[in-house]
Amino acid sequence: MSAVWLCVLVVGLATVALKAAGPVLAAGRQLPQGAARVVDLLAPALLAALVATQAFSADEELVLDERAPGVAVAAVAILLRAPLLVVVVAAAATAAGLRAIS
Amino acid sequence: MAERTYRDGMRVLLPLMPAIVAFGASFGVLARAAGVDALAAVVMSATTFAGSAQFAVVSVLGAGGTAAAAIGAAVLLNARYAPMAIAASGAFHGGPLRRLLEAQLLVDESWALSSREDGFDRKVLIGAGGLLYLGWTGGTAVGVLAGDSLTDPATLGLDAAFPALFLALLAPLLRDRAAMGAAAIGAVIAIALTPVTPAGVPVIAATAACLVGLTRPRRREPARRRTPAGRPQEAST
Repeated sequence: MSAVWLCVLVVGLATVALKAAGPVLAAGRQLPQGAARVVDLLAPALLAALVATQAFSADEELVLDERAPGVAVAAVAILLRAPLLVVVVAAAATAAGLRAIS
Repeated sequence: MAERTYRDGMRVLLPLMPAIVAFGASFGVLARAAGVDALAAVVMSATTFAGSAQFAVVSVLGAGGTAAAAIGAAVLLNARYAPMAIAASGAFHGGPLRRLLEAQLLVDESWALSSREDGFDRKVLIGAGGLLYLGWTGGTAVGVLAGDSLTDPATLGLDAAFPALFLALLAPLLRDRAAMGAAAIGAVIAIALTPVTPAGVPVIAATAACLVGLTRPRRREPARRRTPAGRPQEAST
């Protein structure tokens, strides 16, 4: 088997297991209240980490590029309660515009 | 609030579809450039279905790395799906096989779009995840066929669309101090670790921020203070 197909097989199976473990093992069970509170906070912690890494990192380095002003414009749109489409398009248009003129 | 449907899940994903198809196509182009055969690239999109891990595999292999190094990087990047799936596990129902299959549609975007103040919405996750699957796999097929004739998605600013999406979905969750604390600590952990750890580690390590949930009670219960002898009782059950 070539290296590529080995990667396809192993990474595919590992990903299936990572995604399924929680939903299959926790089937129908209620978490104790303390654990439920911690799990509730997974969403804000993970989302904030995704924002941070997707806006400020590339190739395992911290970088400040056109994505940052894009996300700043998105933050303003969010504060103005703009719809999701407007938020996303405003971010992309800002980054694209800055890249076009630089 | 009205119950949401699969169609609602597809509708909320629509603003992101151009970016998803474009990144699927750029994965196809990059895979071909790294010497990965076209069929393997499309099969990887259809089975692994996780952009960052797939980009890691082709870039490690393209740079002459071993399969073990590529697999290690990809598994590390996808490890975040374990805590994400745990957070969303209450949304799934049915038998183990059905849960296993439905959970495969969980990716960053479908997970984030289906999050609500009181948990996760299964139909939105499946509707958004299903459409995303078609866009990602179809985009990859376009990329391996069209090759270098495609525009780099970054030129169109599409790489800024994803952090903007996650920020928009984070905002409504910041409704109390614990959630704000978890988000702030999570972001700080991710930023601090980015230059010093392999990709994938910063986001997983950021999940430690949810432990701030242990520092505060779920809600104040005035009835407790009036209960004699420290035996808490529910005011009404």
